Amino acid sequence: MKKLTKKRKHDLIMGYLFTSPWIIGFLAFIIFPLITSLFLSFTRYDILSSPRWIGFQNWIRMFTQDPRFWNATKATFKYVIFEVPLRLIFAFIVALIFSQRESKVLNFYRAIYYIPSLIGGSVAIAVVWRQIWGYDGIINALLSIFGIKGINWLGDTRTAIWTLILLAVWQFGSPMLIFLAALKQVPQELYEAATIDGANFWGRLFKITIPMVTPVILFNLINQMIHGFMAFTQSYIITQGGPLDSTLFYAVYMYRKAFNDFEMGYASALAWFMLALVGIFTIIIFKTSKRWVYYEAEEGV
Amino acid sequence: MSKKTLNSIIYYAFVTLIAFFMVYPALWMLSSSFKQHWEIFSDVLNLIPKEPNFNNYKEGWQGFGGITFATFFKNSFIIAGLNTLGTIISSTLVAYGLARIPFPGRRIIFMTVILTLMLPMQVQIVPRYILFTQLGWINTFRPLIVPAFLGGPFFIFMVMQFIRGIPKELDESAFIDGADRFRIFYHIILPNLKPVVTTAAIFAFYWSWNDFMGPLVYINSPEKYPVSVALRAFSDPSAVTNWGAVFAMSTLSLIPVLVIFVFFQKYIVQGVTTSGLRG
Repeated sequence: MKKLTKKRKHDLIMGYLFTSPWIIGFLAFIIFPLITSLFLSFTRYDILSSPRWIGFQNWIRMFTQDPRFWNATKATFKYVIFEVPLRLIFAFIVALIFSQRESKVLNFYRAIYYIPSLIGGSVAIAVVWRQIWGYDGIINALLSIFGIKGINWLGDTRTAIWTLILLAVWQFGSPMLIFLAALKQVPQELYEAATIDGANFWGRLFKITIPMVTPVILFNLINQMIHGFMAFTQSYIITQGGPLDSTLFYAVYMYRKAFNDFEMGYASALAWFMLALVGIFTIIIFKTSKRWVYYEAEEGV
Repeated sequence: MSKKTLNSIIYYAFVTLIAFFMVYPALWMLSSSFKQHWEIFSDVLNLIPKEPNFNNYKEGWQGFGGITFATFFKNSFIIAGLNTLGTIISSTLVAYGLARIPFPGRRIIFMTVILTLMLPMQVQIVPRYILFTQLGWINTFRPLIVPAFLGGPFFIFMVMQFIRGIPKELDESAFIDGADRFRIFYHIILPNLKPVVTTAAIFAFYWSWNDFMGPLVYINSPEKYPVSVALRAFSDPSAVTNWGAVFAMSTLSLIPVLVIFVFFQKYIVQGVTTSGLRG
């Protein structure tokens, strides 16, 4: 008995000792800033002078007097709504194609397909992307071969956001790898049984493959959505939010409010609104997931 | 030709075509970096430079404002290197504590890790900036390094999953023999963590190397810029005249990432798939 309590005491001390970096980091760099910014969202604060309490003014201004806030929200939603599903669909289709065969060459290709995920978020690629879609860029040069006069893709409100969506879809490599691993885990017997029962390719796809990978789809969906809502570099470098705010991503707007205008209070309100929005969407996806995500009986044991 | 070979040909032609689109922007950047200035946009579709030369690299390396890219690369290596080191130390310690030591409060701590996993970094950037201002850390590397020493949720989770896969008997028997938790961690668990630590190190390095918003916000004097922020200043469309130099430096900025990818591909694939599947 005595030995047990000694062990327990040791574990108690050791448990907190081992996890102390996280506990300190969580309190100092996550909880403290979050609470501070919630408080600041009710103040006017420019860093230099101390914050002044203004009640709900930031929030009221956000929803009723700030058209650019709505532009940013709209642009971000448009981006997320197209970018996330397109990327996942692309990743899934390519993973499906890869899973049909096995060879050394395919492993090489798989690596090649992953490269955009690796470098796509970098400033370097953003700079290149800007040139590709620029007026004297690759796309227009290609079009001119066919006698089509190109447009200024980045300067047109109809096309600018699509260049950013395309950049995101291009980086389908990492969800593809995840799908590929999930596809390999689908038991072969299921397919064999279905084939004997007369199921064709589409039947097998919709009755077996897709249901079996729905947990992975769920994970990817949430992960990509959170990232999508917070996209920054692409908009900041490639289009600078323009033209006419059509690519003004929420994170870019927040950044400008905070670090160009030094409206820290207002930027805090913006941050909290986005946090709430992402939270709500995550909960909605989780709640509906019970209906469309298929869990094997033995999972979670 | 049999139907089977025809299928194979179509199949490989298709995957090759997509592969071409995957690497094209990078190839275009690489080829432009070796072209002469006039060639880049007047002969935009040609991937083979007429007279390949290193002039763009020589000119680009000079940087701007009297600061060369040697400084920017040095800054990036310091930041990414220390960030990686911090991530490895903190995530293995915390993961061991959460995965193996039964103590009251463990569940709650684990919950905070999972919740933080879903917290977008950009949401925290304004309040963190205020905090770092009060600490006097603005315009130093500290905001980009110190948090890594206190553990990233993604890496803690990844290492935890790995530790759970190590047979418990391995460390439990040592525990009964009287070894304390630190010794077990150091002598038994840590040597077994090599693969997952490699994966974590690679991703920590990547994220830190590619990070743009962090240094953009926390660092304001050019001599402290990492490559990402320097590149953006260097490529400002309203100021740039020498695009060849921009593409040359862009190419250089991707080399560390691609070199690691070539040598550690296996670990990267593992990292993406396991942490993804079990998430």
